[in-house]
Amino acid sequence: MKEKIISLFKRMEPDKEKSPLLHTAYDAFFTFAFTPNHVTKDGVHIRDGMDLKRTMVIVVIALQLCYLWGTLNIGHQHFAALGMYQNLILEGFHLKLFYGLVQLLPIWIVAHVVGLGVEFYFAARKKHAVEEGFLVTGALIPLIMPPDIPLWILAFSIVFAVIIGKEAFGGTGMNVVNIALLARVFVFFAYPGTISGDEVWVSGLTKAGPGGVADYGWIHMNVLNPIFESFGWDTFSQGAAVIDGYSGATPMALAAKGGWAAVMEHYTPGQMFWGLIPGSIGETSKPFIIIGALMLIGAGIASWRIMVSMVLGMVTMALVFNMWGFNAYMEIPWYYHFSMGSFLFAMAFMATDPVTAASTNRGKWIYGFMIGVIGLIVRVMNPAYPEGWMLAILLLNVFAPLIDHFVLQSNINKRMKHVQ
Amino acid sequence: MESRIAEAPTAVSPEGEPLIVKLRRGFDVHLHGEAPKKVHSEVSVNRFAVQAPNYLGLAPMPKLMVEVGQHVLAGEALFFDKNRPEVHFVAPVSGELIAVNRGERRAIQELVILADKSIQYRTYDKIPSLDASREELFAFLKDSGAWTMFRQRPYNLLADPDAVPRDIFISTFDTAPLAPDLNLVLSGREAAFQKGLDVLGKLTTGKVYLGLDARGNAVSSAYSQARGVQKVGFKGKHPAGNVGVQIHHIRPIRSKEKVWTLGVQEVITLGTLFLEGKYDASRIVALTGSALEKPIYVSTYAGANLGDLLKNQGVAENSRIISGDVLSGKTKTAEQFLDVYDDQVSVIPEGNEYEMFGWLAPQSARPSTSRTFFSGIFPFGWIYNATTNTRGERRAFVVTGQYEEVLPMDIYPQHLLKAIITNDIEKIEGLGIHEVVEEDLALCEFACTSKQPLQKILREGIDMMIKEGL
Repeated sequence: MKEKIISLFKRMEPDKEKSPLLHTAYDAFFTFAFTPNHVTKDGVHIRDGMDLKRTMVIVVIALQLCYLWGTLNIGHQHFAALGMYQNLILEGFHLKLFYGLVQLLPIWIVAHVVGLGVEFYFAARKKHAVEEGFLVTGALIPLIMPPDIPLWILAFSIVFAVIIGKEAFGGTGMNVVNIALLARVFVFFAYPGTISGDEVWVSGLTKAGPGGVADYGWIHMNVLNPIFESFGWDTFSQGAAVIDGYSGATPMALAAKGGWAAVMEHYTPGQMFWGLIPGSIGETSKPFIIIGALMLIGAGIASWRIMVSMVLGMVTMALVFNMWGFNAYMEIPWYYHFSMGSFLFAMAFMATDPVTAASTNRGKWIYGFMIGVIGLIVRVMNPAYPEGWMLAILLLNVFAPLIDHFVLQSNINKRMKHVQ
Repeated sequence: MESRIAEAPTAVSPEGEPLIVKLRRGFDVHLHGEAPKKVHSEVSVNRFAVQAPNYLGLAPMPKLMVEVGQHVLAGEALFFDKNRPEVHFVAPVSGELIAVNRGERRAIQELVILADKSIQYRTYDKIPSLDASREELFAFLKDSGAWTMFRQRPYNLLADPDAVPRDIFISTFDTAPLAPDLNLVLSGREAAFQKGLDVLGKLTTGKVYLGLDARGNAVSSAYSQARGVQKVGFKGKHPAGNVGVQIHHIRPIRSKEKVWTLGVQEVITLGTLFLEGKYDASRIVALTGSALEKPIYVSTYAGANLGDLLKNQGVAENSRIISGDVLSGKTKTAEQFLDVYDDQVSVIPEGNEYEMFGWLAPQSARPSTSRTFFSGIFPFGWIYNATTNTRGERRAFVVTGQYEEVLPMDIYPQHLLKAIITNDIEKIEGLGIHEVVEEDLALCEFACTSKQPLQKILREGIDMMIKEGL
């Protein structure tokens, strides 16, 4: 039976020379469905069951809870602005879920179609198999974008990141900086209006403040509403007004203006911890990010050294700021920095990218610690950038080879000392 | 008894109780097909071979000293290397030289001997006493062929005939998958082993170090009570039994230094030569692996024919015969011969078949250093039936820190390999290529997510270093 299926597939295999792009695509899907029949030679005779596909898919699985929360929270923030279903995430569940899906699915599809398209094209040109790196990049990018990101900007940023950030350096494993963050930093600097300020974190409003109204698309009004009506459920109501006193500001923006007191006017610590706040799609739910981080550590996929040292670096810097106390932002207790912004998401999924992080164990401690320190400095001291982790990680990505160099040099020196 | 964690190189105090080195990092690969602990001597092997490629560092064309059809005695010289004519490569058994098999550019691969029913040994005019000078002992060892049992680190080369080794290292336990029990291998030959150690003590200006099994298994008293040597216990998973790892923790090899390593059975052959005056290359070999119906220990001689060894053991269809263990052994056919330094044959199924979604939902348990498989999350007594499938395709280096997890040495394997790929000689040397040979990085290669050929890259680096004279 299995032999028949395989020979059927093998008969469909396009010619490698005549149509390289088709062959690359075929090969990617065939090896996805069937682990190849390759056997070992010149070296070990047995191999570990682990391969890059499995490594990458485990990261993708660890992100799924963030996807689930992100979908619901897009809806939740939208309705919270309208003063509806604002107490619990599960109130108005169908509306939040479908509202979130309508926002998130196009982002996810564009990220994968564009990213994999570039990946397949370069794999065909270089005549090697499609490497699995983009599986994770493609899963990460939607989670670090605001829910209202225009799709053409998203597509543009991914093309930029994958070509300039990865393929120009030689493909998976060769890139210097984190591809997902490079896509985000591209949007951040090229189209700042779509990814910063108070307007962009809550979707579907004409204005995220008093005077704004809900603005739904064709699909909400003509597809979803009739279905919900037929079940007798609540429906989307076009033109519902944003409640008085509402602002779409994230805790980060509020803290920059007035410290912890300003944050507390809008959000409770519990809301911030559980993730009922506006922000990038995947970054808000702290428990789900922590579960993902523990999965990665438990499976031995992501480096616990980087995560622990990044926490240590951030806490150290936060304590220094607490003691300094120059302004209200610096006085925010160190433990609240965990639930604001994207620290945990950056720690679990961004800083731990093995290709761009330091590659020696000792180097990982330094690398993570420096991200923690620098990221918090950017967050607290630089009013131009509301959040610091993206820039801190990209900066340390560039310095990671230097950190490794010093670690290796100390190993070399220890060895060479005995020679003289 | 002192005990401590030692991941970094440590000097051993010259006196006192044996030191125990605890190694935290490593990985034991448990496979089906272990041989029951009883030696069978009734297996008859007719053909034996001396294989020139087993000895690393020879010039391409060894000079033959015998002709095809000639009868040779066990211990009689067969050929020599033109760069070191005084070192003789000798026959392991007596019999008729029936073939000289040549490979590329007519380089000699195998000298095949059809063994006599009962072995006749070459006799020596004079066996030097242990009080003789080192020069006299060296000359005798070279002439008798015993010299070819000494392997020199760095690089596992045949020992340099003009150099006195700094130290000599012997590991008395093997942690590789399905490796033979060296206590069983020793039993009945303890006196010869001790004599061999006494001889080795005269050959080095330093010490003879014995790496002992400190994992809590019963250890033969010939190891634990050996005289005239320095004993260091090692506790840990594979590759704790690798002599390279042990050297690293006892007294690491630095640039320009040369040390020797020997296997336990080579020490016994050396001891027998001095005790009884005969070159007895007998070897106890473990025939193991899940593709064998009946794994056993057999008593034979160095360089035995693999087909003869395995003929009654029920080799399964579509399986691979390996001289050595499954991590660093060589692929062979039944027509070929056991490599001279090996005391194990592994036979495992070939894995040349597709597996649907094998990377995601494997259909059989498989060994893995990762904690993403059921058996890795609950690692209680699993024994695997591993095949030769690569379990995925080759990729660029992506994951980091993975090799370090299974290599209990203060070495950065991934960076060493990348330095080799980029031909950065200075860095290759600085990162410690002198301290490793293929078998030491074999487990890293097994664990490699990107399926990179680590041992092959390392040997290319070693060849490059030899060419540069480093």
